[in-house]
Amino acid sequence: MSYHVNEKGFYGKFGGAYVPEMLYPNVEELRQNYLRIMQEPDFQEELQLLLKDYVGRPTPLYFAPRLSEKYKTKVYLKREDLNHTGAHKINNTIGQVLLAKRLGKKRIIAETGAGQHGVATATVCALMGLECIVYMGEVDIERQAPNVARMKMLGAKVVPATSGSKTLKDATNEAIRDWINNPENTYYIIGSVVGPHPYPDMVARFQAVISEEMRAQLLEKEGTELPNYVVACVGGGSNAAGAFYHFLDEPEVKLVAVEAAGKGIDSGESAATSILGRDGIIHGSRTLLMQTEDGQVTEPYSISAGLDYPGVGPLHAHLFESKRARFENATDEEALQAVLELTRLEGIIPALETAHALAVLKRLGAKPNETVIVNLSGRGDKDLSTYLKHFHFDEQ
Amino acid sequence: MNNRIKSLFAQNQKGLLSVYFTAGFPNLDDTETIILELEKNGVDLIEVGMPFSDPLADGPTIQASSTVALQNGMTIPKLFEQLHDIRQKTQIPLVLMGYLNPVMQYGVERFCQKASEIGIDGIILPDMPLQVYIDEFKELFEKYNLSKVFLITPQTPEARIREIDSHTNGFIYMVSSASTTGKTIGLAEQSQAYFQRVAGMQLQNPGVIGFGIHDKETFSAACNHASGAIIGSAFVKALQQEGSLEQNISTFIQSIKN
Repeated sequence: MSYHVNEKGFYGKFGGAYVPEMLYPNVEELRQNYLRIMQEPDFQEELQLLLKDYVGRPTPLYFAPRLSEKYKTKVYLKREDLNHTGAHKINNTIGQVLLAKRLGKKRIIAETGAGQHGVATATVCALMGLECIVYMGEVDIERQAPNVARMKMLGAKVVPATSGSKTLKDATNEAIRDWINNPENTYYIIGSVVGPHPYPDMVARFQAVISEEMRAQLLEKEGTELPNYVVACVGGGSNAAGAFYHFLDEPEVKLVAVEAAGKGIDSGESAATSILGRDGIIHGSRTLLMQTEDGQVTEPYSISAGLDYPGVGPLHAHLFESKRARFENATDEEALQAVLELTRLEGIIPALETAHALAVLKRLGAKPNETVIVNLSGRGDKDLSTYLKHFHFDEQ
Repeated sequence: MNNRIKSLFAQNQKGLLSVYFTAGFPNLDDTETIILELEKNGVDLIEVGMPFSDPLADGPTIQASSTVALQNGMTIPKLFEQLHDIRQKTQIPLVLMGYLNPVMQYGVERFCQKASEIGIDGIILPDMPLQVYIDEFKELFEKYNLSKVFLITPQTPEARIREIDSHTNGFIYMVSSASTTGKTIGLAEQSQAYFQRVAGMQLQNPGVIGFGIHDKETFSAACNHASGAIIGSAFVKALQQEGSLEQNISTFIQSIKN
């Protein structure tokens, strides 16, 4: 079984490029060029230098002693939260902006949920001197205010998406419409392993640095490149794709994807796509999709803006259907508890998205001599107001 | 088998008016009235929009009409029910237009079969890729005598236009400029060059220009370069005016034709 994209752009039956003809030339231009450009020596040189000196890679693989003691297994945290801008998202935006420059594009657009991808895009646009427009759901603009402020500070224009549930799905719709209206000068930096081929593969390749480093770092610490478990949260699935990438063909490594259950799988307010979704098409990709019987996309829900998405990347849909990855989910409440636990046990305040991955440590089933790597995808600064309110620290 | 789209273009080479509306808007049960009124007012071809929650290629007007139509309860089964006896009342060419996901959930073969039974002549699904159509669905559409209409844009390379032309058999939907539906900036000069380039290609299928056509002036300009033109958002807006549906349709269509 192959877990990599085939030459037609599919992972099993999922993926492809289901785009209106207006987008065909853009997507085709990217498809024909992305691998070639990514393999060029001067591209790699520029990318690697920026990842090292600007982003701050490699990020540490940290052995978490108190978390390990609590869960009676060896827990390592891959510290993507220590990247410049505070999350894994910049691994991808650095790569794509270099690609956009080589394609001669002057105007960059992006969608964002939690705002981490928006910030990472605004950051690289400032660095490269490119115009930047970020689409963000009106609801998310409210609940992730610090990131909106950062984007504006960086010179990006933040455009509210006011349709549908006013969250990530709708921001993506607006970004795609912008691209349709500006096909020649504009490059669309998609923030996750979603969208038409080649985006899911391209974004996974830019994020694959995470698992590449994990292997080398674990070898140093444990004498083996292969952990027993790799755990990551999944909305669209970019941090999970990066964390899984170099373990996909290592069957002894258990891959655990954690979706947002919201208020509970059966509550009607959830974003657990693998359980609640069916085969369908969203944002140019065939994948698992939360939808009505009539094929209308339903509005997901999660307290975490970054996981509040009714689809999932086609790679993950394939990992789910082929059972290569185990799909778990965590509720809002479990995620919040995991935030406080990591904060008090290890002195690290994680992002709400990331906390969903931490929340399944208690039911992972890892043995004392086994190693677990949790991809600590982002830091929690952007969620502080939610945390203060939830734990009533603002009243003390 | 006879296909009304082919007959229409065989008889008329110029000035055809095609109108799009979103089924279920303004009211759930307006579908038949709108079709019959459009025909009465001299429209040549009708595109019946199947509303979708996430219409990526559409601007604000059709997004909003789709949202209302869905809230009103429009679904593909409901639309088929409404159109069940339409061929006893009119022979105007009818095209169903929508997005792939709802059709995929209904079942593509079941959809084609049902559309064909009712007497639908063509299907437009902008997000069904050409290659997927050729590989998986072309036989099906041909079996049920449905024209699969494809879009081309000013950015579509000549080789791809020719490929599309060879796989379709109704008309080619020429998107006037790079945009979502409902922009009313008029037809740019680059568009004229693109229309002339396509006209010069001597394609086997007639071309019909859509996107941005919203009044008599833009309609006439488009008709100079193709067999006809399509009006969508401007018509959907007209349906929202005060007054009866019949009056709004008549006023709008006459403003285009006279």
